[in-house]
Order: sequence, then C-alpha cells, then structure tokens
Amino acid sequence: MNAPDGWKHKEGVPPTNTADPDYFHKVVDCQWACPAHTPVPAYIRLIAQGRFSDAYILNRESNVFPGILGRVCDRPCEPACRRDRVEDEPVAICRLKRVAADHKDDITDRLPKKPDKMNGKRIALIGAGPASFTVANDLAPLGYECTIFERFDVPGGLMRTNIPAFRLPEKVLAEELGYILDMGVDLRLNTPVSSMKALLAEGYDAIFVGTGAPKGKELNLPGRKEGGANIHIGIDWLESVAFEHTKSIGKKVLIIGVGNTAMDCCRTSLRLGARDVKVMARKPRSFFKASPWELEDAEAENVEIIVNHSPKSFVVEKGTLVGMVFDKMEYQLDEKGAIIGQSIIGEEMIPCDDVILAIGQENAFEWIERDAGLEFGKWDMPVVDEMTFQSTVPNVFFGGDAAFGPKNIIWAVEHGHQAAISIHQFCKERMVTGRLSNEVRLSSTKMGMFEWRYSNSFDGAERRVMPHVELAKRFKDLDVEVELGFTPEQTATEVQRCLNCDVQTVFDAPLCTECDACIDICPVDCLTITPNADEPTLRQRLETPAVNTEQALFVSEALPLTERVMIKDENICLHCGLCAERCPTAAWDMQESEIIIHHVEDMVTGAAK
Amino acid sequence: MTSFAKPHINLKHAKRNALGLTRHDYEGAMSTLCAGCGHDSVTACMAKAFFELSIEPHRAVKISGIGCSSKTTAYFLSESHGNNTVHGRMPSVATGAAAANAGLTYIGVSGDGDSLSIGMGQFAHAIRRNVNMLYMLENNGVYGLTKGQFSASADIGSKSKKGEVNLSPPIDPVTLALSLGATFVARAFSGDREQLVPLIKAGLKHNGFGLIDVISPCVSFNDHVGSTKSYAHTYKYYHPAVHADYVPMSEEIKTSYAAGEAVPVELHDGGSIVLRKLDEDYDPRDRGAAYAQIAERDAKGEIVTGLLYIDESREDMAAMNKLTSRPLNTFPYDELCPGSDALTALQKGFR
Repeated sequence: MNAPDGWKHKEGVPPTNTADPDYFHKVVDCQWACPAHTPVPAYIRLIAQGRFSDAYILNRESNVFPGILGRVCDRPCEPACRRDRVEDEPVAICRLKRVAADHKDDITDRLPKKPDKMNGKRIALIGAGPASFTVANDLAPLGYECTIFERFDVPGGLMRTNIPAFRLPEKVLAEELGYILDMGVDLRLNTPVSSMKALLAEGYDAIFVGTGAPKGKELNLPGRKEGGANIHIGIDWLESVAFEHTKSIGKKVLIIGVGNTAMDCCRTSLRLGARDVKVMARKPRSFFKASPWELEDAEAENVEIIVNHSPKSFVVEKGTLVGMVFDKMEYQLDEKGAIIGQSIIGEEMIPCDDVILAIGQENAFEWIERDAGLEFGKWDMPVVDEMTFQSTVPNVFFGGDAAFGPKNIIWAVEHGHQAAISIHQFCKERMVTGRLSNEVRLSSTKMGMFEWRYSNSFDGAERRVMPHVELAKRFKDLDVEVELGFTPEQTATEVQRCLNCDVQTVFDAPLCTECDACIDICPVDCLTITPNADEPTLRQRLETPAVNTEQALFVSEALPLTERVMIKDENICLHCGLCAERCPTAAWDMQESEIIIHHVEDMVTGAAK
Repeated sequence: MTSFAKPHINLKHAKRNALGLTRHDYEGAMSTLCAGCGHDSVTACMAKAFFELSIEPHRAVKISGIGCSSKTTAYFLSESHGNNTVHGRMPSVATGAAAANAGLTYIGVSGDGDSLSIGMGQFAHAIRRNVNMLYMLENNGVYGLTKGQFSASADIGSKSKKGEVNLSPPIDPVTLALSLGATFVARAFSGDREQLVPLIKAGLKHNGFGLIDVISPCVSFNDHVGSTKSYAHTYKYYHPAVHADYVPMSEEIKTSYAAGEAVPVELHDGGSIVLRKLDEDYDPRDRGAAYAQIAERDAKGEIVTGLLYIDESREDMAAMNKLTSRPLNTFPYDELCPGSDALTALQKGFR
C-alpha cells in the first residue's frame, strides 16, 4: 500500500532550473527591468545601514551616474517593483539612489584610476553625453587613451542642455562627469566633429559615436513661418535657456506634446516669466508619454494639461503669433483602452504669446559622409548591431540615442557598457560578440534560529512623498532644485519598504517532509504541494491562483514521500522568509543572490573568451 | 516560535467571502508550536473552512482543553468566542454553551491525551448526547508537551523517539465513536488539506456531534522511523476512502461528479454533503459495515480516511431535550429567573 496513486503524476512541468542565472535575476524585478541591471535591493540594504558610500559605489558599478540618475532617471525599475503588484505603490527606488549620492563621503580614492602604463590603443568618443562617458569610464582604467569630442563648451550632452537645472543641478552633473575625466580622459570642448571621413583618417583604433538624437521634430502647419519668431523647437529652446541665450518668454505659452521634454519646457517657461502655461495633448491622458511623476510635478506648478486637442494652425496677426487653432477630438476606445476610432467634434482657438514644440526628437548624422563606408538602413539610421553596437565599419561603434533613436540615460549607460566590451574585444583582435555569461552566486542569510541577515519583517508603511521647495520660492531662479531629497526619517522608512527580492527562497526537495508548515504560514498563499500537472493547471491550484503569467511559477523536483511537487508563485512572494523559519528540516532557505553581470574589466581579469 | 508576527498585508487581489472578509480575518495569533507541527496545518484548515463558509467570526465558539492541540484555538478566529477549559473537560463546557445558545457554531479542539485519557468519559458522553458541535481530535500518538510519552492512541509496536516499544493496545477514536452512536465520524490527515477542509465544512454544517480524528504528526517527538504517526508512515499507508464536499443550498450540486459515484446527503440547513466513494465497496451510511471495514483495515495497518460514517436522521441534544432555540442571553431577566415563588410552584408539581 502507498500514498494515493493520483498524487504521483510523472508527467507535468519539469523541475525549475534555478541554476540558470536568469531565473533568480528575473525574481529581482527591479534589477531585471533596469537596462544596466543595478542591484537595487542590495544597495537599499546598504543605505538602510547608513553605508551611503558603499551604496554609491555599488550603484556606480552598473549605472555610473547614481547622483544624476537618482534625480532624473526614467525609473523602469519602479513600475516593475513587486510592492506595486502586492500592495499599492512601488518602493521609491530612484529617490533612495539619490540619498546614497547626496550623503556619501569622499569616494574618489575608491574609483578606478588611470593606469601607470597605457595599452597604446586610442579611442575617439564623439559627443560628451552619458554613452560616451560610460565607454570612457569602462575603458580608461584599462589603459585605453580616450578622447571625447564635444561641440559645446561644456560636457554632459542632453543631460546638460535639455534637463533643466531645477531638476538636475549643474554641480551634481559636474561631479559625476569629473570622476570619469579624472581617469585621464581627454575632453575636447568646442570641437564638433564635422566629418567622419576625416576622423577615420586620424587613425584611432576605435571610434564611438554617442551624439544622441539632437534634432527636435518640426510641426509644419499653416502660419509656422509667419509666426516663427515665437515658435520654438523644445530641445533647442531648452538648450538656449541652459546657455542663457534665452532669458524670457511670453506670458501665455502653449506646449505642443506631452512627453518628458514637454514637462521640462512648461516648467522652464514658468521660471522665465510665463504666467499661463498650457500643455496641449492630442490624445487622452492614458496615452501620455511623460512619466506620471513628471506630469504630477508640472501640474503641481499649475500647468494646465488639455487633452484631445490636435494642432491645426498657428494664428498670426500683423506678423505676431497670437494663438493656435486646434481640432477638438473625440476617440472611441476598445475594452483594453486602445483607440479604434476618432472624430473631430469642433475647433478651438487658444490665444498665446509663444508656442514650444515638444513632439519628439530625431537623429542627425549630416556629419557622416554617405561614402564614409557606413551602411545606412531604415529611417536613414546607420546599421548597428543590437548586441555589439558595432556599425558596418568594424572600428566604429554607436551607443545611446545615436544607436537606435531616443531612449533615456540609463539605456545610454548600458549601451556604453556593451560598446566598451566590443571595443575591447575589437582592439584585442578577438570576436566582437565575445561576452562572459551572467552568473548567480547564492549565499544563505541564516544567522541562527529565526535570525536572518536581512530585515525580513514586512513593513506596511506607505511610500514616502518627496518634499519639494515651496511654490513661491522655486520660480525665483532657474536653478533652484525643486526636490529637496528624503529626510533621514523618510529614508529610514522607505528602505524598509523594500522586500529584498534578491534574498531568494531556495528549496531543497529531498529534505521536505511535506508537513505543509510553509504553506500554512505564507502570508500571501504563494505556495502549495500538489500532484504535478501542466502549468496552467498548477497555477490554478494555489490558494491565490498564479494568474500573472509574466512571472515564473517555481516547480520542485518530486517530493520524497508522495512524489507530489512543491510549487511557488514568484509573482507575489514577499521574501519574508516565514516559510524558511517554519520549515522543520531547512528544506526552504533564504539565500542572497548576487547576479553577476560582467563589464569590460572582467574581460581582462576574468577568463575572456 | 517565530521572530515576528505574520504580517497583515492588504493584498491587491485577496479573495473575499460572502461577508467581504479575507482569509486573514479568520486567522489568529502567531503559533508557538514547533515548526512543522501538524496542528498548524489543521489550524489553517479550520480557518479556511470558516472563511469559505462565510461564518461571521463573532458567531463562532472555540473550546479546548489542555495540550498542544488545545493551544491552537488561539491561532485562528481571533474575533470569535473561546474558552480554554480544564484538562479533558472541554466537552462539558461545550455542552453547556450549546444548551445556552443554540445559534452559534461550536468547534472543540482537543488531542489524543485530552480526549482519550483524562477526558475519555467526557468525550464519550458528548457523543451520546449528540451535542451540536464539531470535535477536532488532533491525534499524534504522544504527549508532546511532556516530551513524548506514548498516549492512548499509540499503536502496538510503535517506537518512541528513544526506541522504547509501545505494548498497550490503542484506543481508536473512530471505532469508539461509531460504537457510541456518533452521527458524523471522519478520519483525516493534516498533510491532506484537499480532504480536510471540505470535511471540516461538512462537520460544521452537520446537525449533531461531528468527530474528525486528524492524524497530525508531532515533529519533535513522534516523526522518526518506527513511529506509526510520522509524516512518512502516514503518507505511506494513507488511504482516502470517501471524499465529502459540503454544498450549500444556494449552489446546485455540480454535475462533474460521475453518476453512481456521488451520493448527496441532505442536511438540516437545506445544503447537502456530497459523498464521493473512492472505495467502491465502502458505504459510509451503514454503521455496522463501516465499523467492520475500518476495524479490518486498521488491523492491516492501512489508514482509512475520509467521511467514514454519516447519519443525518438522529436528533441532536437540543431536539432530544426540547431545549429552546432562543439564546438564553436574549431572555429578560424576570423570564429567565422567575423567582422563588415560581420555583416553589414548580417543585410542588413534582411532589
């Protein structure tokens, strides 16, 4: 006689391969979502311990610019945060990053340095933005002679010219760029590269193009030419403000477009004297491109956002712009919220003194001669390999917005890391595609009975709200940073909201006695023991069915007593460790996972392939 | 013991019952039993059954005696009434409470020591009286709180942790209850919640005394090789014979049960218990046959589980004794205690 035969399903889902580094990496949603794979929970724990410098250095290894990104990152990590799925709002990851940057000690002696001996390879980097600086950051300490060419008289690229100082103080930018320049990088300001052919002729071992997407899109409607004096292209206008060429704007300003550049334009307008600023959106709010927090900040400054207005013409009277005419739109949406139909229900003229166009950016490669050897593909963009960032000229690499069109800073950083690896491989005459595979290192966090070396208790606190400078004070100067940064109390609370998703629930099936203790204690019902079956069936067998199929379902090996399997929904697990605390045989353990993503330095020190 | 309390999380997509409550609302204090104790699983199953039946926690009463199992009333339904009584005396208190207020749902939690040794007489008479309650007997074959002496349910030949062999014959609560006229007799295993939760629901809805003898291994003192109440032994010889599902009146009996296999038993509240025979030749409605089969299989070492006997036809204690269905606490004091003149008049009637 034996346990019920129905329990022993030999068929079903094979045991989950947790040795695949991607498995545990994906559980750390924030790290998985970050293009540069910043180990978020690990640095939040360091902040919790007051180890701001350590947190900063850990951050810097992946994202290079913690101080900058802690203010203006697009934060793909936050919508991915588990906390958002389980409860309500994600951990304020970006704000915590800024805490590390703001409160660190002098870390200059911990940064990579220019080596005593250079390796004789010369790299030209075009455009002093985040992509080029990342490449220099990775290559200069290895002995590469890096030269950055910049058309303006200051470095930073769009971080400097397009992000207003009230969001990103110049000091922060200068500090983090300075760290890289101190590695012996040669920055040549006021040196636009006007000919790729000429540069190729200079004999650099490799050329990296990090020139961004510096051209704002035009809106050619009737009256554009006549009213031209008061119609501005968003990113050019922001640049002109940054360099103090533009110091004022009319009282009534319309911003066309509703992306993050539009938000910077409207808020900058208010600081240059505008009193009535309207952001005109063609579609309903659910289609806005701007990050929700940037919309919030703009609206807090009394910027009006008007939806369903499609620009039709500029109204010019006696040679002066006096307003814009819009078609009033109505949209039919399907159940999922996609537009299935639209109609014009009227027309409206909105008076204004100035219009700023913020409807997108484009690349501009006029300086690359079409006979320079680079192949150009769709939309007149150079053909670039998505993994190696190599162009069709073997020693020319692209990265950042210059590679595949406008993205954001954190993507530019990741492009830089990857391009640096390719450049290194190229210079060493190895396969450019050569990469080290990701790895995962696990270490138990058990300290003793019911003691773990991470704060495993669930903290139900709500997300802390970033304190802002009072409205009355913030418009005086263009560079009054609006966000004040978290207070010590806010930091102390916010760090505890992190669920430590990198502390993995590791299951050792042969030890399990099927006592169900873990299932009973789990506060979110994400575990059960059940006969194996196909995955959709298993997902329904959990007390809280695992309906989010984007998140993995862990399936163990057959258990020793009944040959059933332990399953776990990775979607809502809080990593609270109660399963491991309750397990009488330590079949469950809480193990910290370090996801190792190699940068170019590992290609030198590690076993380069 | 754990270092911190089970957290209360406002899960975005938490299931809610007819009362709008979540399963968390049916939980209690953090268990202080050993990690891996079968009793914690039983506790979780009880909480789940009350949740699924949408019983208002304040309309439930938990009563227990002394022992590891009796501690568990603290670990579920924190919003309900409860009484930890003297060792072995839970049935008396439950009987009194059920007589005083028939409108509440009664669940007694006890163990093999509390029920089969010190409280054996109480246990037997609660069955005879057919008190309207569910009696959970968490059976692990040892005295866990006093470090693992054999209890009255230990099997002959079962070894203690130190190797001593038990020679006294066991008292089997299931066959005992059958012989005493019990109307709902089940055996279950803490390791099979798929079976246990529906059994608890059926037992709570049964009119009269319901007994669930749950094999609930003691991880600290009776989970070793040689024990007949360990997880490994129970899983090995575990044999579900009859599956029971409670189906409320508002729901139609699912047609997914194969014809001939499913037997509905109608309950007093209009709902039914649907019996699904896993053993073709077992009939849970025939007391004599059930007794014979269980005794025979027990002798072979097989652990027969499920709803082993049910009889909805017998009157419960309240009906037999013509007790009022109106809770005594709703009577005005004058009516409840009519005074010494009324007592004298009553006594005269007996002279």
